Amino acid sequence: MQKNDNRAYWFIAPFVIVFLTFNIYPILLTFYYSVTNYTGMGGIDNADFIGLDNYRRLIQDDFFFQAFFNTIRIWGMNFAIQIIIAMLLALLFSDIRLKLKGVNAFRAMFFLPNIITIASVALLFSILLDWNFGSLNQMLLSLGLISRPINWLNNPVYAQGWVALIGAWMWFGNTFIILMAGISGIPKDFYEAAYIDGANWWDSFTKITIPQLKPILLYVFITSIIGGLQIFDLPMLLTDGRGAPRGSLNTMVLYLYNQGFSYANFGYSAAIAYGLFIITVVFSAVTFKTMYRGQVKLKRGGVKK
Amino acid sequence: MDKLKTARGVIYFFLIILVIICFIPFYMMIINATRSNSEILRGFSLLPGGSLVDNYFTLDSYINIWLGFRNSLVIAVAVTVLNSYFSALTAFALVVYQFKGKNVIFITFIVMMMVPGQLGLIGLYDLSSTLGMLDTYWPLIIPAIAAPFTVFFFRQFLVTTMPMSILESGRIDGAGETYMFHRLVLPILSPAIATMGIFTFIGSWNNFLFPLVIIRSPRLYTLPIMIRQLQGSPVAQNLGAIYLGIAISVVPIMVAFIFLSKYIISSITAGAVKG
Repeated sequence: MQKNDNRAYWFIAPFVIVFLTFNIYPILLTFYYSVTNYTGMGGIDNADFIGLDNYRRLIQDDFFFQAFFNTIRIWGMNFAIQIIIAMLLALLFSDIRLKLKGVNAFRAMFFLPNIITIASVALLFSILLDWNFGSLNQMLLSLGLISRPINWLNNPVYAQGWVALIGAWMWFGNTFIILMAGISGIPKDFYEAAYIDGANWWDSFTKITIPQLKPILLYVFITSIIGGLQIFDLPMLLTDGRGAPRGSLNTMVLYLYNQGFSYANFGYSAAIAYGLFIITVVFSAVTFKTMYRGQVKLKRGGVKK
Repeated sequence: MDKLKTARGVIYFFLIILVIICFIPFYMMIINATRSNSEILRGFSLLPGGSLVDNYFTLDSYINIWLGFRNSLVIAVAVTVLNSYFSALTAFALVVYQFKGKNVIFITFIVMMMVPGQLGLIGLYDLSSTLGMLDTYWPLIIPAIAAPFTVFFFRQFLVTTMPMSILESGRIDGAGETYMFHRLVLPILSPAIATMGIFTFIGSWNNFLFPLVIIRSPRLYTLPIMIRQLQGSPVAQNLGAIYLGIAISVVPIMVAFIFLSKYIISSITAGAVKG
């Protein structure tokens, strides 16, 4: 092994300088502002220290709780739709008896919505779902499936459902690809052995596939929840940007943005950012704990991590 | 065997339905982009109309969408280049040298991957304001130099693929460290750079929140911000033009995806199985 080498500092200097300036410092500055009444004007000198008032306000703020539950509800529906479709697809395409063809083409087509700019997707759906002139209502009317146009984006339940559905549409392909990779890593003789022992399809799914997929499922779940808690572009651009209809699309990051940049409550907005951070950490930690409870036994020939 | 064949047929049928569902929003977008406002108001159609050129002129009289394109491209290219180069440099130092503080950097990486980007939003805005960088691209570009996740990915890649003996023999031949980084390490890293580069580019191209907060002048608007301006603007009176605006922002990405899809998909797989 090499001895201490000072040349290394030259190589890492740009990273360290930028990291400290544009990453760490803004995070610390945000924390400082979260204990002040700063309005966003006039810099640090115009921020009066008010202790934990912003945090006290946060835990009593009905709008923040509304935003939290909206975010969770939208993420929950989105994740349920997404994981069911993705798992079903992954199982079908990895089935050794079915031998489905065209997996690469299907993967690419299912994945495509994922890379499209969310701003464009949101604006597109805001007009496709329009009450009078949206193509969806026009199509449903001309097929005779509905008799009157439905005001999709004016009803809280429908609006949240659509955000979840659009999210699932964008992400199921990604989840499918990841699950597929995980399933193809499970040794085939596990299934053959189970088959010889008389296990049916459901048994091999619940006793082999799911346990073997646990690390991958954990990865999917954690990345999905972290991304889901930050949902912003879609609810902002689908309706008026303030959470309409009736606050149902008010998500945590949208609330953070509006408090900071629409209402000039920088201090409070900073406190929301820290609230969101704490919620993210708690959710990730709980997921780790529940999924790895009693999971120390090593299985022979299991998926390498 | 016949039972299998029927099952396969049914499954393909549903897969094709799913593909249609996936594509119908884009299909409607393209069709409606070629139809006039009154045609769209009257009802829906699966066949294109003849108003593409008119819609383009309507759109173009309100916003210069190509300017948004150019702006997004400038930022995304700069971000991707800086992110790749400096992450490679940092990963190189982490793999090749022993130095004090190495472990601190490593632990910071792991912690930072958990931190949501919005945590520093207020602080970054304020810092940009202090530095006189509001309404410029600097706050969107400079942070790309310090991307913990890319460094981490490159480090893992170098550890498994770069033999230290290459560097030893380079040193014996009298090559400098910087020279070796450019001539030996960067080429070895190139597959990893391509993988992360695609994602960095897409991430920057689609970035919405940070440009929304930082950019004020319409001539500096990125594509997503311009798309947002379409909503509620006079263009919104003409549905055909607004569909066309969305289509122009979406179709080039779709075309690029056709060429890169194999690459993108294999790197998602790599990220998940190793991660």
